[in-house]
Amino acid sequence: MFDTLTRGFRQARNRLAGLTELTEQNIDPALREVRLSLLEADVEIGVVKAFLARVKAKAVGQTLESRVKHAGETQSVGASEIFIKICHDELEAMMGHEGGEIVFAESGPTGIMMVGLQGSGKTTTCAKLARYLEADGKKPLLVAADMQRPAAVEQLKVLGEQLKVPVFNVPGASPVEICSAARAEAKRLGRDVIIYDTAGRLAIDEPLMQELADIKAKASPENILLVIDSMIGQDAVKTARSFHERLSISGVVLTKLDGDARGGAAVSVKEVTGAPILFSGVGETTDRLEVFRADGMASRILGMGDVVGLMKDFEQVVDQKKAEKDAERLLSGDFTLDDFLEQVRMIQKMGSLKDLVDKLPLGGMFPGGLPDNVNLDDKELVKIEGIINSMTRQEKADPYALIREPRRVERVAKGSGTPANAVSELVQKFLFMKQMMSGLGQNLGMMGKIPGMKQMAMARNMKKMMQTGGMPMPGMGMPGMGLPGMGMPGMGGFPGMGMPGMGMPGMGMPGMGGDAASMTKMAKLSAPERNAKKAQRKRERDARKKGRK
Amino acid sequence: MDGLRKGLTKAREKEGFFGRLKALFLGKKEIDPNLVDRIEEVLLSSDVGVKTTQLLLEDIRAGLARNELSDNDKVWDALRQRAAGILEIGGGGLALDARPTVVMVVGVNGVGKTTTIGKLATKLKAEGKTVVLAAGDTFRAAAVQQLEIWGKRVGCEVVSGKDGANPGAVIFDAIQRAKEINADVVLADTAGRLHTKTNLMEELTKVSRTMGKALQGAPHETLLVLDATNGQNAMSQAALFREALPLTGLVLTKLDGTAKGGIVLGICAEHGIPVRYIGIGERADDLRDFAPDEFVEALLGQGDDTTDAAA
Repeated sequence: MFDTLTRGFRQARNRLAGLTELTEQNIDPALREVRLSLLEADVEIGVVKAFLARVKAKAVGQTLESRVKHAGETQSVGASEIFIKICHDELEAMMGHEGGEIVFAESGPTGIMMVGLQGSGKTTTCAKLARYLEADGKKPLLVAADMQRPAAVEQLKVLGEQLKVPVFNVPGASPVEICSAARAEAKRLGRDVIIYDTAGRLAIDEPLMQELADIKAKASPENILLVIDSMIGQDAVKTARSFHERLSISGVVLTKLDGDARGGAAVSVKEVTGAPILFSGVGETTDRLEVFRADGMASRILGMGDVVGLMKDFEQVVDQKKAEKDAERLLSGDFTLDDFLEQVRMIQKMGSLKDLVDKLPLGGMFPGGLPDNVNLDDKELVKIEGIINSMTRQEKADPYALIREPRRVERVAKGSGTPANAVSELVQKFLFMKQMMSGLGQNLGMMGKIPGMKQMAMARNMKKMMQTGGMPMPGMGMPGMGLPGMGMPGMGGFPGMGMPGMGMPGMGMPGMGGDAASMTKMAKLSAPERNAKKAQRKRERDARKKGRK
Repeated sequence: MDGLRKGLTKAREKEGFFGRLKALFLGKKEIDPNLVDRIEEVLLSSDVGVKTTQLLLEDIRAGLARNELSDNDKVWDALRQRAAGILEIGGGGLALDARPTVVMVVGVNGVGKTTTIGKLATKLKAEGKTVVLAAGDTFRAAAVQQLEIWGKRVGCEVVSGKDGANPGAVIFDAIQRAKEINADVVLADTAGRLHTKTNLMEELTKVSRTMGKALQGAPHETLLVLDATNGQNAMSQAALFREALPLTGLVLTKLDGTAKGGIVLGICAEHGIPVRYIGIGERADDLRDFAPDEFVEALLGQGDDTTDAAA
């Protein structure tokens, strides 16, 4: 999906390829592509115009240096890279904000009022926010003031029960009455944040908009958050403007970003209201709320992937220090199947493989998107887990044992309910990966050919770069898979994602299996291993001869 | 017809999609050299999308080049005809040929599936049909209760399982129940899901197959509910839902707001799935049969004096 959506930006870049100067004339075709791309992304047409004007003003007359030093590497930078960087920075600037988080009351409970159109995801977001704030040490109270939609109160009650957060409602009362009474209830229960869930409504529905204004007057919440569906189209501007004019919203929550919506509304809404986008909703369960990051969103629109987001995911499930140790061990070749299994489990915790891959800047590597035959099957991870769990401790520490003694493979295959070749394949690929990683640094000549491997070796540098907040030059970031998120906290990508080109199990890259197997032969083998290999080769030779007869 | 007009009033007024087009045309006697650009902008800002806008403009451009469109009225007619032509691809209300006719309702989160089912049940009930509702959204908190409340309002049976139950099993039971009581229609609700979640889309395919096991030929209708406020992502929704299920129609909801729902033009052009119903409000009777002519006519506001004056 991602590939086609960001085609416009890629075309814009192509149009500028090879140029050394940005002028009014040569930039126009690129801007036209960007215009179409942003319109496809549902950025409102007026906002698109404003954006293009700003990009143009910044881009024209840029003096281009053909080579810049970055992170110890000399990079060639052309007009196209500069142009994309300007677009990225401008997009980021348009969506970004300074300060403007949730405002907490100096005394008494803090009020957060959620408003928006029907079906934008207010009730779910209320629950997510409650969970988010609770993790932050707050004691939220949910107020169910949607008396319009059937069972909306029930929905919030169920969610509150799941989170063990109290839900306040007065059956039969009006939303204004309920919200007015909520403060006393919060004090009674000792809660310090009140989250008001209001009914979805159209911005042109005068009585219902008045109701919101009344609630605001009665409850005087510190925060009024507008919940916007990231799939919303050109109407985003009208909706946001009307809600803002009526209620002067303090922030925005962008929901359903786990789909393939480009979320151009983020740009539009921020532009017309000036209210910061505080959170993004990225899934149906209550833990899927993230702090909004303008740089990630800009990258998403540009097609650079959301590496920082991926890194955040890692951070949530990974013990940082341990991950670094793991990574070091991986690089030194001292990495066992047990470690591997742990990585698999970590990936499972992070969500589906598809979600992970979506965050990776794959656009540059696979211009046409992921090949169709790449299978992102999460069940593969379960299988891998099963296979490794069926091994003895000795086998896990020394997988060569499985190659030396094929009967072990049979046993593991039986134990895990998988075919024997799946077991040997896993072992071979693991050994290949291990060997490759241990060779990194010295062995870049060969590795460099595999996309992302070079960057992988640069992981340490990259991490430093991330910490200083520098954005890698776009041209450089594009092709890399071994980017910071992948590289450092844990090299966790491996088991499931399978470095493209490595043919790791989760993804089953086409055509690499055989190579991977042959690569393992480069390992220094002990005498019995050599003999086992010899014997195996002989068996294979014999089998082939038999086949010819 | 009146209801439709009422519901579409917003779209017809000055700021409405064709309303604005009209203002554009009526304001000028001669054809403005920038006319095509301006039409393009109006179409784009109604969520018609880049591709469909180009499609619509092709004829206009060609006509202008051949000097066939000598004045604004003719440009107007050409555009209207082209738009209506795209939308006229069959459709109509539910074909209730089978007994029971099983209707599966799908869509992304928050488009109004359950509400649409409630309205549809109201409509069918008013036509004297017996309706069974299947609470197939077993995922979202209180979705079952929401449908049960609709069931009570409309006065029809609701078959539900526990929260987290297998949606296929619930709908299977509902179809069995419908056979027992000789009902005319089963309306099957499903949990909202983003079209990009492969596993959830596979689940839908399975649910659909399970329905076929309960009753030969079921589901007879599979309706994709689209939110009129959605932009270009609706194209992707239609494409991926269509990949997973044999869609027989679209329901366009929330047309009572300021959103134009222009995206259906693109979906009809690209996928050939007809719009069957439109939702124009929260009340039980705010669901209308979709009629392309009326729809375009209402959007254009032709023959409606008050709107003409406003434009």
